[in-house]
Amino acid sequence: MAKTIIPIGPYHPLQEEPEFFILTVEGETVVDIDLRIGYNHRGIEKLCEGQTYDQVTFVVERVCGICSTSHPFAYTQAVEDILSIEAPPRAQYIRTIIAEGERLHSHLLWLGLAGHFLGYNTIFMWAWKLREEILDVMEILSGNRNNYAMFKVGGVLRDIKKEDIPSVLKKIDSIVPTLEKLRSAVMDDPVLHARTKGIGVLSREAAIDYCAVGPTARASGIARDVRKNSPYGAYDQVDWNMIVTENGDVFDKVLVRISEMFESIKILKACLTRLPGGEIDCLVKEIPPGEGIGHIEAPRGECFHYVRSDGTNRPARHKIRAPTFMNLPTFRETVIGGKIPDAAITLAAIDPCYCCTERMAVRNLKGRKLYTGEDLIRLSQEKTDQIKAEMGR
Amino acid sequence: MGIFEKAFLKSLWVFHLATGSCNNCDIEILDCLTPRHDIERFGMLLTGSIKHADVLMVTGAVNRQCIPRIKRVYEQMPKPRLVVAIGECALSRGVFMQSYNCPMPLDHVIPVDVYIPGCPPRPEAIMAGLLKLIERRKTNHARDGRDA
Repeated sequence: MAKTIIPIGPYHPLQEEPEFFILTVEGETVVDIDLRIGYNHRGIEKLCEGQTYDQVTFVVERVCGICSTSHPFAYTQAVEDILSIEAPPRAQYIRTIIAEGERLHSHLLWLGLAGHFLGYNTIFMWAWKLREEILDVMEILSGNRNNYAMFKVGGVLRDIKKEDIPSVLKKIDSIVPTLEKLRSAVMDDPVLHARTKGIGVLSREAAIDYCAVGPTARASGIARDVRKNSPYGAYDQVDWNMIVTENGDVFDKVLVRISEMFESIKILKACLTRLPGGEIDCLVKEIPPGEGIGHIEAPRGECFHYVRSDGTNRPARHKIRAPTFMNLPTFRETVIGGKIPDAAITLAAIDPCYCCTERMAVRNLKGRKLYTGEDLIRLSQEKTDQIKAEMGR
Repeated sequence: MGIFEKAFLKSLWVFHLATGSCNNCDIEILDCLTPRHDIERFGMLLTGSIKHADVLMVTGAVNRQCIPRIKRVYEQMPKPRLVVAIGECALSRGVFMQSYNCPMPLDHVIPVDVYIPGCPPRPEAIMAGLLKLIERRKTNHARDGRDA
């Protein structure tokens, strides 16, 4: 059978790191996948070397709009590692609150998009409507919807006002029933089970081989979470569970993320009620020569920053490793052997914020057939309809 | 205002092009579609193909790889074509101004009709910008989009 090449990308509007997939298909089955990354390069690491330590916090915030807390968090930890200082307890709690709020909105965003790819636009609308509530909470806490600008070396920039806490707690409580409803809608639907169970399986061994991180690894049975393994912020002071599942398919990745949202709510509530008093930052004078690392658990996995200082007021080297960089190669394991209608959800399952509707095209080598990204999503949605019809729903 | 113009302004179809953005503006554009903001009540629809689009929404600090692609997309757009620059990066490159990979702002590449500042602009700001575009066309203050 003739092989067909499907280029996907390179410019995906919601991608954390823009990338270009080349799917080779035989009929309906994907036989090979290749990938190019490095598009959308903005030279952030080089840019950071020209900025002062305080300015870099704001530059790294713009690495990714969805992880706009994870990168400054890891960066400030790296600089604090050079200085051998720790932020005061109140600052640690505030950082944890902001990071968990980000995890909540990021997972909801992903859930909505996954629902859209599977042909459930209701889930998309529900999840994004719910996400607005969390953005409201973040706006109350930080004054911003997306780029919170809360971080600085040695602490945080803004305090959380005491009078805001009751209204925030009330708002978080109001999210829970809708989230429960969303969970049962996803968990109890036999069509969704048929579409996601056994699809895009990443075995435990493969996850270790490919160094998968975050929910992608935890769905494959690897109990690894920076928040538990090397606690930072206030994660060791509140009670929460690491969610680990065994199968590694798309369903488990959905399950891990939905369960993590409930854990995030638990952490958020515990931190807000037990917020200690005291200073929110400490005095930072000169940054001595040396090197430091900071790693934190971003919504998509471990985010790692390395900073080397030569004693001036600007970093001599700044290295960033985002979680999707580690998760992308797992596509070789999950996508190959699958069907084209499943490719959209399998590629989306690691949460690269795969929303490349308008920049995806399927091209036959002989130039006869042309599918757009919309067609791929349509194929995926048609498969859901077909299963629905077979199940008589 | 002729019948074409009347119909045109009631059903602007929008194409979204990310040119090296950090996702924030892109998410806020998607947010406009969701229940709280619901931009579809103004007849606007996010379309998957540039050939169906009336408005090109560009986000991100235009980087070297994107410049020829932006021009190509703009050339494929049917006339009249309107361009909206969203976010600080598309306006002036924002924090990426000194980056070696972001040589020029968007309006040096293609003509821009509306600039929506913010990092990222709120969904309300994006809607206000688009409505301003409609308003300006109604009062004949806008570029007619048939040039270039």
